[in-house]
Amino acid sequence: MDLPRYHRLTAPYYRLEGQRCKECGAVQFPPRGTCGACRSQQMETYRFSGRGTIFSFAEVAQAPKGFSAPYLVAMVELEEGIRVTAQLTDVDVEDVEIGMPVEMVTRRLQEKGPHGYLVYGYKFRPVLKQRRAS
Amino acid sequence: MRDVFIIGTGQTPVGEHWDLGLRELGASAIRAALDDAGVETVDALFVGNMLGGCVNGQENLGALLADAADLLPAEAWKVEAACASGGAVVRAAALSVAAGIHDVAVAVAVEKMTDAVSEQVTAGLATASDGDYEASHGLSFVALSALLMRRYMHETGASREDFAPFAVTAHRNAAANANAMFREPISAEDFARSPLVAAPIGVLDAAPISDGAAAVVICSREALQPHHRPVRISGVAAATDTIGLAGRADLLTLGAAQRSAEKAFAASGFAPKDMDFFEAHDAFTIITALSLEACGFAPRGEALKRAAHGCFSPGGCVPLSTFGGLKARGHPVGASGAYQIVEAAMQLRGEAGANQVPNARVALTQSVGGHGSIAVTHVLEA
Repeated sequence: MDLPRYHRLTAPYYRLEGQRCKECGAVQFPPRGTCGACRSQQMETYRFSGRGTIFSFAEVAQAPKGFSAPYLVAMVELEEGIRVTAQLTDVDVEDVEIGMPVEMVTRRLQEKGPHGYLVYGYKFRPVLKQRRAS
Repeated sequence: MRDVFIIGTGQTPVGEHWDLGLRELGASAIRAALDDAGVETVDALFVGNMLGGCVNGQENLGALLADAADLLPAEAWKVEAACASGGAVVRAAALSVAAGIHDVAVAVAVEKMTDAVSEQVTAGLATASDGDYEASHGLSFVALSALLMRRYMHETGASREDFAPFAVTAHRNAAANANAMFREPISAEDFARSPLVAAPIGVLDAAPISDGAAAVVICSREALQPHHRPVRISGVAAATDTIGLAGRADLLTLGAAQRSAEKAFAASGFAPKDMDFFEAHDAFTIITALSLEACGFAPRGEALKRAAHGCFSPGGCVPLSTFGGLKARGHPVGASGAYQIVEAAMQLRGEAGANQVPNARVALTQSVGGHGSIAVTHVLEA
């Protein structure tokens, strides 16, 4: 990923920052020009909690350039009601199932950028047991 | 808008063409289609292609192929709609003729994938998805299909093996197609045993990386000649959906496929029940199932049950992918939509030989790009 593009994406990548509509209250990720629900342009920054459940998942055996297989990917349904696609981390495929609670973590996304820097962003992992208990 | 007709078809065999590049493949299909139509030249050339820039390092395919096929100085440019480029380019040519701008146009779709190594092609295919929020996170094109398939299995209770009929039928249909890449039959057991590419997707769920080009010559009613055996484009429509899969309200409804099919049916005056066969975008077995449901050939979640009853096999209610489909004829990605239309036209002209659907009069083709973010649907009539 080229550096200016990475720079543009740091808010959503690092903090799962999307938007909330000031008029209808709908939330969305990723950020865009208008509200997907009511087309209002009155949008404010909204930081998602990062908690959700697995909606679907897959295990990649053949990686695209810049990634090393095998790794897990998922569509996560966030507790705010919208979905996001991301990698799963800190879990084996045998232990993943649809409906499983997960939480966002910040991890290295790409092995090495074409210019040597590292690209960080959100991934999801199973909710840690101690947090689940609290 | 004027009525438009297909009056010539051409195609190269699909496969690994080590001796042929974009230029040779494209020009070969164009010349074959012009010869079939019995025309010397055309008013315009439209080129469908997805990966020319990122895999072949060649853009400006309009001029490249107008030059290579001796069509200079015809208007010529490229149409790109990811994996639906082949359907979109035929629509672009048809629009130009319907609008009265051109009388005779040729649409060619070409893809040259085997010059690059697998990871480069995989990265190229991923450009059909959301670059910022899917591809950059390692969501390969196959991985996104796998998310669809896993969810479909979860909601319908289907097993991986239940998807086998689509691949088995495709390989059986390809056996007699001299232009097909895979002409060997496979069994449901072969399907079940195939290695996983992105679980739950296995090798035999997926269409292969291929080279190939297909072309059609399109003209107005006024330009028809007595020697032509025209196939009418009775209805055609395109529609879009969210670029990212996560944005879909119902992940298992391909909204663009559904909308484009509804509009194409409405324009043609036909309904799904009138279709004598269906050339589906079977890039992955899950996409076949979702496309069938989007076009009204099965209710939501029911496509596999109908497949199990033989509904989509030769002689069934809607024969599918009659020359082998993307799965077995091969999937030169931006060209496949044009192969579907060439094959449908051959069926409707009674030129399909051993693959002939008896008394075929009306057919549907659907070209799907980017996991349903774009779809182009054609209704063709003998």
